[in-house]
Amino acid sequence: MRIALFITCFNDTMFPETGKAVVTVLERLGHTVEFPLAQTCCGQMHFNTGYRPEALPLVRGFAKAFADYDAIVTPSASCAGMVRENHPLLAQQYGDAALRAAVAEGAPRVHEFTELLVDVLGVTDVGAYFPHRVTYHPTCHSLRGLRLGDKPLALLRAVRGIDLVELPAVDSCCGFGGTFALKNAEISTAMLGDKMRNVVSTGADVVCAADNSCLMHIGGGLSRLRTGIGTLHLAEILASTQGDAR
Amino acid sequence: MSPDSGTNVVWLGSPGFPEAAHTALGDPQLRRNLRKATTTIRDKRLAVTGELDDWEQLREAGAATKRHTLRHLDRYLLRLEDSVTKAGGVVHWAADAAGANRIVTELVRATSAHEVVKVKSMATQEIGLNEALEQAGIRAYETDLAELIVQLGDDRPSHILVPAIHRNRAEIREIFQREMGAWGRPAPDGLTDEPRALAEAARLHLRDKFLRAKVAVSGANFAIAETGTVGVVESEGNGRMCLTLPETLITVMGIEKVLPLWQDLEVFLQLLPRSSTGERMNPYTSTWRGVTPGDGPQAFHLVLLDNGRTATLADTVGRQALACIRCSACLNVCPVYERTGGHAYGSVYPGPIGAILTPQLVGVEHAATLPFASTLCGACYDACPVKINIPEVLTHLRAEVVEAKRAKRRVPGAEALAMKAATAVLASPRRLSVAQKAAALGGRLVSCKDVIGPLPGPLHAWTDARDTPAPPTESFRAWWQRTHPTGADS
Repeated sequence: MRIALFITCFNDTMFPETGKAVVTVLERLGHTVEFPLAQTCCGQMHFNTGYRPEALPLVRGFAKAFADYDAIVTPSASCAGMVRENHPLLAQQYGDAALRAAVAEGAPRVHEFTELLVDVLGVTDVGAYFPHRVTYHPTCHSLRGLRLGDKPLALLRAVRGIDLVELPAVDSCCGFGGTFALKNAEISTAMLGDKMRNVVSTGADVVCAADNSCLMHIGGGLSRLRTGIGTLHLAEILASTQGDAR
Repeated sequence: MSPDSGTNVVWLGSPGFPEAAHTALGDPQLRRNLRKATTTIRDKRLAVTGELDDWEQLREAGAATKRHTLRHLDRYLLRLEDSVTKAGGVVHWAADAAGANRIVTELVRATSAHEVVKVKSMATQEIGLNEALEQAGIRAYETDLAELIVQLGDDRPSHILVPAIHRNRAEIREIFQREMGAWGRPAPDGLTDEPRALAEAARLHLRDKFLRAKVAVSGANFAIAETGTVGVVESEGNGRMCLTLPETLITVMGIEKVLPLWQDLEVFLQLLPRSSTGERMNPYTSTWRGVTPGDGPQAFHLVLLDNGRTATLADTVGRQALACIRCSACLNVCPVYERTGGHAYGSVYPGPIGAILTPQLVGVEHAATLPFASTLCGACYDACPVKINIPEVLTHLRAEVVEAKRAKRRVPGAEALAMKAATAVLASPRRLSVAQKAAALGGRLVSCKDVIGPLPGPLHAWTDARDTPAPPTESFRAWWQRTHPTGADS
């Protein structure tokens, strides 16, 4: 199976360690990961902010960059959702027949990282070791978009040494919402405050999630308040082993 | 869309959503009231929807019935007109708010009455009926307890189902003591803020009006095309008083409320109470057909209101908003509504459903901030008993807002320029790579120990409350190219 990594523009620029972790885990499981250098961005920010025509070149670019792979894995639930749900919609609305066909063919092959592990590869124990108290925040796109259910938790539960604690009000949005955080900054902050209150109450050392964008928002608040609680993409926990100094 | 379509749906002079939310967010009492009220109703709803094995099928059935009805709305409305007329009622068609207000005012005048009692109704709020009657010298008395609190407080509703959700009992006692006398029977001496005492004060105050009123005005939860039956679902029985005691009943109903068959109520009378109040069944369900000699009102008028609905129906994505049964489950689960309350939406329809309904009824240019008043978290879609995909309509309307701005401005705004620039960078791997190097350098310049603190300029909205890690010196693609030097991409 040819697996391509779609790193996402955000992780590429801000959180390269998450991409390296995805590669580490998949290679540990005996797979080869390829990285099509032509990839850039799925256009989620444009689409969600109302700039649909501006997203179209990105839809086109994605379809071209990932045309030749059996599975496309991405460490972002929201970008996976964008490609699977909204690329077909944009291709329908603005694209030509060739683009519509390419998107219809390619979009279903996109898997969020935990989907690939659990649904496609049938693995929950990836041989990880992470001796810390961790709480998991299901991002809205994981929970209600992709319906990841307990796949992330099944993977986390199999991690050696982990002390996994449940987050209160686990299904409430953290308040990030992409450009919502800028357009409605005060409401975003109010929601962040409640999310942080719940995170702090768990006594966790680390909050993890399937999306670094929500984590950058939550982590940004936790850092500003000097809570000492860190954020880490789930893939980076799954990549950790006994030998790591973490 | 007629020129007056959607008038009164938005409150004139309301600021945009972010500004309007500012006040609410800074009010600890309001935040506490909202948190308590929404979480209580939310938990009740989850309990009573979870106990039904066929809840998902009921939602699907409700959505399918609404989809079908809206597709053939013209046919069902004519059938409704026919069956209501045959049952002795009179049907009136109102294209917009002004038309509906004119019809109701004339109908009340024809009875020589100078006051009406009102059943809680979103449609009459949407058209600003009370204010229109007031101008014609007719006083409208709200009889729903929460609407009474809002009316006496010279206030605006902040929730579809519980319009006084922003008020606590101490505030209600104060409003009753101060205002009841001016509207009729004063509050009893020594009124306490015990819920029972407050309800008793409202009961005594309203009883006078029920016994005196010659005309009642109501909305409708549904009307059955097959039989001409109109129905109101409520909790207090005050609606039942209005629907049965006066001589004349005038019902104002949005055209989307029609249902084909009596049998359809099987689905909707399960969906509505469980989704709205979290009850298996609501305490009062009143249904009537035209007039019945010797029993109840002897004159019945049904005013069918368009007010922007036909235009909404023409939008193949947006039209699903017309399936709404006004249960307000979406408000109660919405993390944004929970923190701002309803007033911030500047419309009679607040919350997620308001964010997609209001801009369609009044035109996106008159409610441009509402489609953005959401994180797209999807909790509303999951809760909706008729499966309105609210996030889908929100992004659809966002695109309309952007297009409307594009059409209006000769020079693109800052956001449009930023988005265009982002596309230019992101459409090319090479340009992205250059931008990443610049970001890493820029990040290093403004950061302290790899953390970016508060920044001036447009990014302050982000950095005011959050630290940001400085971008790493090496992007993922740079790392990949360094560690995988042979071959193009593997």
